Amino acid sequence: MYGKKVKLRLLFLSFIFIIVALSVFLILKSLEENVVYFISPTEIKNLPEIDNKKRIRVGGMVKKETIQLNQNKISFVITDFKNDINVTYSGAVPNLFAEGKGVVAEGYLNDRSFFDAKKILAKHDENYMPPEVKEALEANK
Amino acid sequence: MISSHIGYYSLILGFVISVSLLFYSIFCLKKKNQNINQNIFSLLFMQFFTVVISFISLVYSFVISDFSNATVYNNSHSTKPIFYKITGTWGNHEGSLLLWLLVLTLFILLFIIFSKKQPTKYRILSIFFQQIIILGFFLFLLLTSNPFNFLFPIPNEGLGLNPILQDPALAIHPPILYLGYVGSSIIFSASLASLVQNNVNREWAQHIKKWILAAWFFLTIGILLGSIWAYYELGWGGFWFWDPVENVSLMPWLCLTALLHTTLVLEKRNLLKSWTLILSISTFTFSMIGTFLVRSGILNSVHTFANDPERGIFILLFLFSLIILSIILFFIYDSKENDSQKNFFLISKETSVLINNWFMIYFLSVVLIGTTYPIFLEVIANEKISIGPPFFNKLLIPFLAPFLIFMAVGPELNWIKNNFKKIEYSRIVLFFIFLYISFYIINKTSSEILFTSILGGASLYLLFTTTYEFLKKKQNIRQTISHFGFGLFILSILFNSLFSKEFSANMKIGEELIFEKEKIKFLKVTTFDEQNFKSVVANFKITDEKKNIVSLYPEIRIYNQPNILTSEADIISTIFFDKFITINLLKGDETFNVRYQIKPFMIWIWLSVCLISYGGLLSLFKRN
Repeated sequence: MYGKKVKLRLLFLSFIFIIVALSVFLILKSLEENVVYFISPTEIKNLPEIDNKKRIRVGGMVKKETIQLNQNKISFVITDFKNDINVTYSGAVPNLFAEGKGVVAEGYLNDRSFFDAKKILAKHDENYMPPEVKEALEANK
Repeated sequence: MISSHIGYYSLILGFVISVSLLFYSIFCLKKKNQNINQNIFSLLFMQFFTVVISFISLVYSFVISDFSNATVYNNSHSTKPIFYKITGTWGNHEGSLLLWLLVLTLFILLFIIFSKKQPTKYRILSIFFQQIIILGFFLFLLLTSNPFNFLFPIPNEGLGLNPILQDPALAIHPPILYLGYVGSSIIFSASLASLVQNNVNREWAQHIKKWILAAWFFLTIGILLGSIWAYYELGWGGFWFWDPVENVSLMPWLCLTALLHTTLVLEKRNLLKSWTLILSISTFTFSMIGTFLVRSGILNSVHTFANDPERGIFILLFLFSLIILSIILFFIYDSKENDSQKNFFLISKETSVLINNWFMIYFLSVVLIGTTYPIFLEVIANEKISIGPPFFNKLLIPFLAPFLIFMAVGPELNWIKNNFKKIEYSRIVLFFIFLYISFYIINKTSSEILFTSILGGASLYLLFTTTYEFLKKKQNIRQTISHFGFGLFILSILFNSLFSKEFSANMKIGEELIFEKEKIKFLKVTTFDEQNFKSVVANFKITDEKKNIVSLYPEIRIYNQPNILTSEADIISTIFFDKFITINLLKGDETFNVRYQIKPFMIWIWLSVCLISYGGLLSLFKRN
């Protein structure tokens, strides 16, 4: 019916198609698994349910007078000026981590008011403010 | 004051020259001259000259701290050391775009000088397409990001340069990276010219290969410098974070690497013409996307700098028109003579190059999706997300092992068709031996032993084959060096990530802690006043199990303008590992947040990238 060449080409094309489909599937699947959502303390308060296995980022300002230390733990409060969340962390902090400055903590929620941070990020810009905080600040004005 | 005037009018003059070059090159195309018109050459030179003048006047304004210039005011300060006053010229948006333009005009000039053997029409067309790009950048500079805006009243003092940019590696990182980015613009223009002239053939491949190699070399070194900087300046002890800003430099690199391999097929077999063109166009597109993403500020990156959405829109529109232009040209001029007419044998060098390309395109799509997906989601669903290293690691690492094996096997195959006289069982046995060695080393550490051992085994195998080839001098030595470098690169990264150790604690002066049989003692803190910052230097004494003592001096710098803290890591590098320590202020001056890391094989990572690019450099200077 078809020549050998056509068959070969069809085979090749379907092979490519399968590979492309497979890699797209792979990419999308791990995208779903590895996405880290960025949430503000207020949004956490309004979450319908808490998933303490899902890695998230919480952004806001480090509330003044809330940093507490011992030898291997740091705890502080992230605020968006409407709601607060308590964060505990052990590890290294970035340069710009300080009270009254913007911060993004990545980790897991214990419950609606306690967050277990695995990583602390801060921007390399002294005037940086997480976008949510900016919005919240403007809304509070 | 006067230098800003000179710079600005010089820029306008350059713009006028650019417009005239555009029309003049069309005019020259219609004539049937054998030689390139001398006027074109003079115009190109003048254009380059105007941009140089403009650039020098900006540098001068920075050096004398002329705060009547808005760019200088926003990014400099009179107490800044002279070196960083100069490098601060391109440490900001306006200045870095002027640098882009400088390199753009330099490259087209060099291109015309070094392409004398090529057909005249092709050269003129290259000038034409390059002028479109140059014109776009002139407009962009003059309309949205003029580096010579005046401020009145003249401020007494500038705002200062972000201190993390006040660093020797980052001072030269942008120019080198731009040589790579902009180098791809010449490839883009030349490809379009060659498409229109229908001379995509072996001779063209031989000629454009040099430009691809040059761009590739600079891009590689540029990324390396950025990575080294991130390693010691950002204080995380990592060298690659899969941060969007890093990813956008990786995308053109992947594309360019694919292109580099494809031109080999074009050169030797006169195949894959359309594909070569597509890759050339995409490489430049990715360079532009990189500029767009970094400069527009839509990236949610840990190191995003000042930005302005209007500029982003301009670059985006410009980029779209370039892409549309190239697509239209591609459909009009792409030759109907199809590659598939000529046979591709399953086992041949061309197939192995194609396989390389498939891998590169896959890596590229992963990086592209991982980088842009958060942007789309934010625009469409207003959800803020980030995609971290796990995504990239999971999707890239499993594919690295087969990639490495193809890298070892591919170069040994013959062009056209490879006939195996016998299957080389010794090779297969060898591979399993390497697999076992790597399994033995990795065994106790990793959670994913299977994956990592295969990866380790594959890179050892690549190292072995390339060394063997190198000694026998059977293959192309330059390619062998680069491939060897890549094998070493993957192996070093693998061992680095497997055997890194990290310790962090909040310590007070005089405290001593024990970590993995090493004693870490926090001795003292001293403060100094430097030219534009206050320095807090801590002294740590680390005693390992063999009683070897090292002293480390991590530092915190409190810059006065802008008022910002940076921490400077102290690193002791040895052949096998780096000892890396950083401190951060926490609350008050008593307790410091200390992070101590042992990073194996760091030097090997840098060295292997140098080897990879060295291979490229050798090919660049090889005579045909």
